[in-house]
Amino acid sequence: MNLSAWTEIAPHIPVLLRGILVNIELLLGLISLGLGVGVVTALVEVYGPRPLGWAAGAYTWFFRGVPEIVLLFLFYFGLSQFGVPVSAFFAAVLALGLRSSAYQAQIFRGALQSIPHGQMMAARALGLGRVKAIAYVILPQALRLSLAGWSNEFSSVLKDTTLAWGIGVVEVMRQASYIRARNFTLTLPIYITVALMFLVLTYVGNVAIGLAERRLRVPGLEGRR
Amino acid sequence: MALLRVENLHKRYGHEEVLKGVTLTQEAGETKVVIGPSGTGKSTLLRCINRLTEPDQGQVWLEDLEITSRRSDINQIRAKIGFVFQDFNLFTHLTALDNVRLGLTKVRRMPRAAATDRAMAELDRVGLAAKAGAYPAQLSGGQQQRVSIARALAMDPKLILFDEPTSALDPELIGEVLSVMIQLARDGMTMIVVTHEMGFARSVADEIVFMEGGVVVEQGPPEQMFRSPQIPRTGEFLRKISELYGESS
Ligand SMILES: Nc1ncnc2c1ncn2[C@@H]1O[C@H](COP(=O)(O)OP(=O)(O)OP(=O)(O)O)[C@@H](O)[C@H]1O
Ligand SMILES: [Mg+2]
Repeated sequence: MNLSAWTEIAPHIPVLLRGILVNIELLLGLISLGLGVGVVTALVEVYGPRPLGWAAGAYTWFFRGVPEIVLLFLFYFGLSQFGVPVSAFFAAVLALGLRSSAYQAQIFRGALQSIPHGQMMAARALGLGRVKAIAYVILPQALRLSLAGWSNEFSSVLKDTTLAWGIGVVEVMRQASYIRARNFTLTLPIYITVALMFLVLTYVGNVAIGLAERRLRVPGLEGRR
Repeated sequence: MALLRVENLHKRYGHEEVLKGVTLTQEAGETKVVIGPSGTGKSTLLRCINRLTEPDQGQVWLEDLEITSRRSDINQIRAKIGFVFQDFNLFTHLTALDNVRLGLTKVRRMPRAAATDRAMAELDRVGLAAKAGAYPAQLSGGQQQRVSIARALAMDPKLILFDEPTSALDPELIGEVLSVMIQLARDGMTMIVVTHEMGFARSVADEIVFMEGGVVVEQGPPEQMFRSPQIPRTGEFLRKISELYGESS
């Protein structure tokens, strides 16, 4: 590898950036899906009726037990076989998002269970119904406690977005392989560039979460790191 | 009509019957002190009154409303009955002001500005207006308990239930909570107080209820209970806890 390889890569940067933009879109889609489904799953596991709780348990067991790449194939090819044609992008958001929801559910469940029972009792004693008590007293505390675990999940799914390559999503890894196919001498510089892009994204993401954590911090309610 | 009637209340945990038919009547403006050995069912009784614990049998009436009826709106009833816990149970993520305001905005649906005024007034009443912005962790135990009393008061309760409100406090902090409660009693608040503070019982209770083994053993005005209890066991217990806890306040 020589210096010329590095100058040659410059014109390809915009393409790589366009690729990583897709990763960011995947990330935003899957992490919000995972957040929504994860919170609901955790609430069902902790507060829902028994049978629903078991269903939620089976759900998280499935999505934590099957490799991501297998999930991607299952969703992409599986859905179209059931007559639901989906884009590779959508299938990736769905597969990775539901998988993330299972992990996020675990984080939220732990946090929910760590809130002392007295909080719920005091809320109910005031006349708040169960749903309001959860919404105004339990969840605000549980979500704060979850932030530390959640930032791990964020870094992990950010990197997982590259797996969408496997079902043909034109994200950064696929763009990289196109460039590389045309010019093999660029192989290493390209992947080093991609690695740097992810390092920057992870850094920026964690700084943002750290800021949120500091903003939301309440004395006496510390997340366990 | 009595403000609160508890009739033949039973509660069982597994094989253990914790309440074996408790009957009480409470008039408006009355302060009742409930005493009894540990494990006797005092907390269970309080929690059955607002159905934080579901009783197995028996009825509770708040004026002409049957609390224990399946048809009554329990949240609306609870909003009328304050509950002060031994370990305060202030909402950890909320400031003192928000702790007091939450029930006003979310249960009573009071507009925010009015709720803020009311909450500040209640904090002022317990002497903590200056701590409105503090989180529970930034307050002493005595201050936390006073905020929790303000939280109960803000709801305009017909009745406040206190479950050992000073038992979790360092001795030097007990006085500030008791003096708030004494003032409440003098202002005519209706209260049921489970406590070992015999000084408080002597000075403000209209009636002392001695419970043991899931039943009311004896009840009567403090004078009678301290001087001439009808049942020997009552006198024995009163002497014991007066020795143990002294008579602060
Ligand atoms: N949720 C519960 N599940 C099982 N048993 C319980 C429960 N709550 C209370 N008990 C039992 O019921 C009995 C009465 O408890 P309770 O807390 O009402 O007593 P208490 O008079 O308030 O005692 P203390 O003075 O120690 O607070 C105890 O033996 C206790 O172990
Ligand atoms: Mg008790």
